Amino acid sequence: MNDRAIVLEARGISRAFPGVQALAGVDLTLRAGEVHALMGQNGAGKSTLIKVLTGLCPPDAGEIKLFDRSNGGQVIALHSPQQAQRLGISAVHQESHLLPNLSVAENICAGRYPRRPWPRGGGIDWPETRRRARELLGKLGIDLDVTQLAGGMPAAVQQLAAVARAVAGDARVLILDEPTSSLDADEVQALFRLIRTLRDQGVAILFVTHFLDQVYEICQRITVLRNGRLVGEYACDQLDARGLVAAMVGREVAEAHKSHAHAPAAATAPAALAARNLSRRGVLKPMDVQVRRGEVLGIAGLLGSGRTELARLLFALDRRDSGGIDVDGRPVRLENPGDALRLGLGFCPEDRKQDGIVAELPVRENIVLALQARMGLAKFLTRAQQRALAEKLVAALGIKTASIETPIGQLSGGNQQKAIIARWLATDPRVLILDEPTRGVDVAAKQELMNEILKLAAGGTAVLFISAEIEEVVRVSDRIVVLRDRAKAGELPGEAGEDAVYSMIAGDA
Amino acid sequence: MKRLAQHALFWPSATLVLLLLVNAVFNPSFLALTWRDGHLFGNLIDILNRAAPLMIVSLGMTLVIAIRGLDISVGAVVAIAATVAALLVGGGFSADGAAASEHPLWMALGAALLIAAACGLWNGLLVVKAGMQPIVATLILMVAGRGVAQLLTDGQIITVYYAPYYVLGSGFLLGLPVALWIAALLWVALQLFTTRTALGLFIRAIGGNPEAARVAGVRASGIALCVYTFCGFSAGVAGLIISSNVKSADANSAGQLLELDAILAVTLGGTALTGGRFSLAGTVLGALIIQTLTSTIYSLGVPPEVTLVVKAALVFAVMLLQSAEFRALVMRVVRPRAGTA
Repeated sequence: MNDRAIVLEARGISRAFPGVQALAGVDLTLRAGEVHALMGQNGAGKSTLIKVLTGLCPPDAGEIKLFDRSNGGQVIALHSPQQAQRLGISAVHQESHLLPNLSVAENICAGRYPRRPWPRGGGIDWPETRRRARELLGKLGIDLDVTQLAGGMPAAVQQLAAVARAVAGDARVLILDEPTSSLDADEVQALFRLIRTLRDQGVAILFVTHFLDQVYEICQRITVLRNGRLVGEYACDQLDARGLVAAMVGREVAEAHKSHAHAPAAATAPAALAARNLSRRGVLKPMDVQVRRGEVLGIAGLLGSGRTELARLLFALDRRDSGGIDVDGRPVRLENPGDALRLGLGFCPEDRKQDGIVAELPVRENIVLALQARMGLAKFLTRAQQRALAEKLVAALGIKTASIETPIGQLSGGNQQKAIIARWLATDPRVLILDEPTRGVDVAAKQELMNEILKLAAGGTAVLFISAEIEEVVRVSDRIVVLRDRAKAGELPGEAGEDAVYSMIAGDA
Repeated sequence: MKRLAQHALFWPSATLVLLLLVNAVFNPSFLALTWRDGHLFGNLIDILNRAAPLMIVSLGMTLVIAIRGLDISVGAVVAIAATVAALLVGGGFSADGAAASEHPLWMALGAALLIAAACGLWNGLLVVKAGMQPIVATLILMVAGRGVAQLLTDGQIITVYYAPYYVLGSGFLLGLPVALWIAALLWVALQLFTTRTALGLFIRAIGGNPEAARVAGVRASGIALCVYTFCGFSAGVAGLIISSNVKSADANSAGQLLELDAILAVTLGGTALTGGRFSLAGTVLGALIIQTLTSTIYSLGVPPEVTLVVKAALVFAVMLLQSAEFRALVMRVVRPRAGTA
C-alpha cells in the first residue's frame, strides 16, 4: 500500500492557543486514492489540525509539503481557505454549509460562476452554471435536480452536494470533518459510495469521525492523536477496534481497582427512573435504561456515541420520538424540563457555561434557581431562606467562593460545577443526571466531586453518571451502560473493569 | 476614582450632570429651585415631571428587553389608554354648568389600564405562542393600535373638562408633581420586585442565560407573558399621565415615537438590546437624559425647524460618550503611549 503516491505531507506541526498547546509536533501523510482516518478524543487536536491544513490557522512550527505529479514535493504556506482550495485542498464540515436559498447549481458553482462574454452583456451565464453542475454531479454518480433550492433537500443530499462543491475545483485533498454525524445509516451509505468514487479517482481523503465501525468500513489508514500529540499512524488491518480505543484514550487497559461499600436498593424494587424504548431519530436508537435508588449508573461511550443525547432525552430537554418514562414504577408525563423538575429529576449539563450557570447572578441565586422554579411564582423564598440554603450547600460541597453574593462567573470551573450540583441538591432530587461533571475540573476537585457522587447515592439518590473518562465511570458506578454508535451496546456490572468496557465500546465483546 | 468610573451607572450619570451643567452655563438660574404655592418650582422639577411618562414606559421596556424581547407598540398603547380614559370621563358638563364625569373616574382609569395590559398580553401571546419575532409581533399593534384609538374617537381630539382628571398629569403631592411620585413608586416597586420575588429571579435568569434557565426548569413562556403584559400596563399609566397633562386625548399624536425614546432610554442606561443584565436605575437616568436634552434645546432657543437636527446631534454625542470603544479610541489618540507606559 505504501507504493501509492504521497499527495500531502505535514511534518512537526505545532500550534498553541492561550493556555493550551493544541498541537505539538504532529505528522500526517495523505496518499492518493486512500481514505485516511483521523481519530482522537475531544481536545486531541483534530480540529486544529484540520484548521491548519485548510489555511484557517497557520501553524507555529512545522511544514506542509504538497506533491505534484511531476515534482518531488513543494513546501507550501497556507494562509486562507481560498488559497488552500486553489492548491487543491478542500474541506467539508460537519454541518454542510450550502446556502439554503440558492439552487444546487448556484451552490456548486458559487465563487466561480461562468461569465457571459462582454458582447452579450457580461454577467453570469446561468445555463452554463447548470450545465457544469450537472456534469460534475454526473461524474460523481449523483442524480440530482440542480435547479432545486438546496434548503429544501434532506441533510444527506445537501452533504453530497457539499462534497461535490468541494471537489469541483479539482481537489486533490478532500477533508471530511465528521460528515456522517447527522446522517442515518442509508444516508451514510450514499455518502460512502461518493467517497469511494472520489477515492478511485485518486483523491486523497482525510476522514474524521467518532464512529469506529465507519473507520473500518471505508478507511485504509488511521492517524491517532491524543492531547495534541501524534500517537501513531496505523494501517487499518493492523490495528483492531480495541487497540484503536486504547490508542485514543491512551491507557494500556488495566485491571480495575474499585470497591465502594454501599448497597443499592434491591433489584426487585421499582426503578427510580426507567425509560422504555427511548429514541429520537438520527440521535439515539431505541433503548431501555433504568436506575434504582441508591445506585450509580455509569454511562460509558466515546464522543458521539449518544451519551449526552441520552441524558437530554431523559430530562426532556429534547423531544423523544418514542419511549415511555416511569418514575418509581409509575408511568409519568415528561414533556419538558419543568415536568422533569417536578418529578424529582435533576440534570447537570455537560456545557456548564452555556447550559448551566447564569454568570452574572450571584452564587446564591444560581443555587436556588431550580428549587424556586419548582415552587412556582406564588411562593417565593425570602432572602433569609435563600441565604441559609446557599450557605449550607456551599459548606457541604466545599464550594470556594469569596461570598455567596459573588457572581458565579467569577468562580473556578470546579466550583461552578459544584454550585450547579448544589442547585439540584437544593431540590432534594430522586434522580440526578450528571453529564460530564468532571470535565474541565482540576484533579483535586474531580476527586471531591466523585466522593460527593458516592455520598449522594449512599443517601438514596439514584445517580446517572456520564463521563468521557472510562476510568472515572468504572470507579464510581454500580452498573455501567455502554453506548456505541447511538445505541446501547450492553450493560456491565460495576466490577467489570475498564478492560471489559473498552472491549464493549470497541464492539468485540 | 477608577473604580467609580467602572461602575455601570457612571457614564449615564456623568452624561446627565454634563448636560445639566451646559444648561447652567447658558442659563445661570437653570438649577434654581423655588417654593411657591406649596409646590417646588424650577427647571429641574419641570424636567422630572415631563420625564415621568417616559420613565414609566422605559421601565416596562427594560424588562422586555432584559428577556431578549422588544416592544415597539408602547406609543400606540399610550394613545389607546389615553383615548379610553378620555372617552369614559367624557367631555360633558352637568346641568349646573360644572364639568362632570360620565363614568366614575376610577372606572375610567381602571378600564384604560386594563385595556393597556390586555394590549401587552396580546403582544406577549404573539411572541410566545405564535412564535413571532418580537419586533414584528409588536409592529402589528404599533400600526393597528393607533388606528383603533382613532376609530374610537372618530378621529377627533377629545377634550376633558372634568378637573379631577388633571391631577395625574399636573397635580402636586407634598410639593412634588404627582406624575413624579407615580414614576418613583413604580421604580421602587419594580426594583424590589425584580430582586425579591420569584418572577424577578426568573426574569434575571432568563435574561442572563435562557438555556440555563430552561435546564433549571424555569418556564420562559409564562414569564414572557407577564413581562409583556406589564410593559403594556406601564404604557397605559404613561398614557393616562400624558392625556391628563394636556387635558385631552389625541389618538393621532399621543405617545408618538415614544417607543423609540423608550428604547433609547433603556440603551443609554446601560442595558444591552441583546438582553441580559439590565439596570432599572440606568433606565431612569436614560429617560432623564432624553428629557434634559429636549429641555436644553428649548432653553437654548433653537429654532423649531432645526430642533430635530440638533437633537440628533446631541444624541449622537451622548452615545459616543457612552461607547467604551469610542472612549478607548480617544484615549489612544490623546495619550498614544499610555498603553506602553
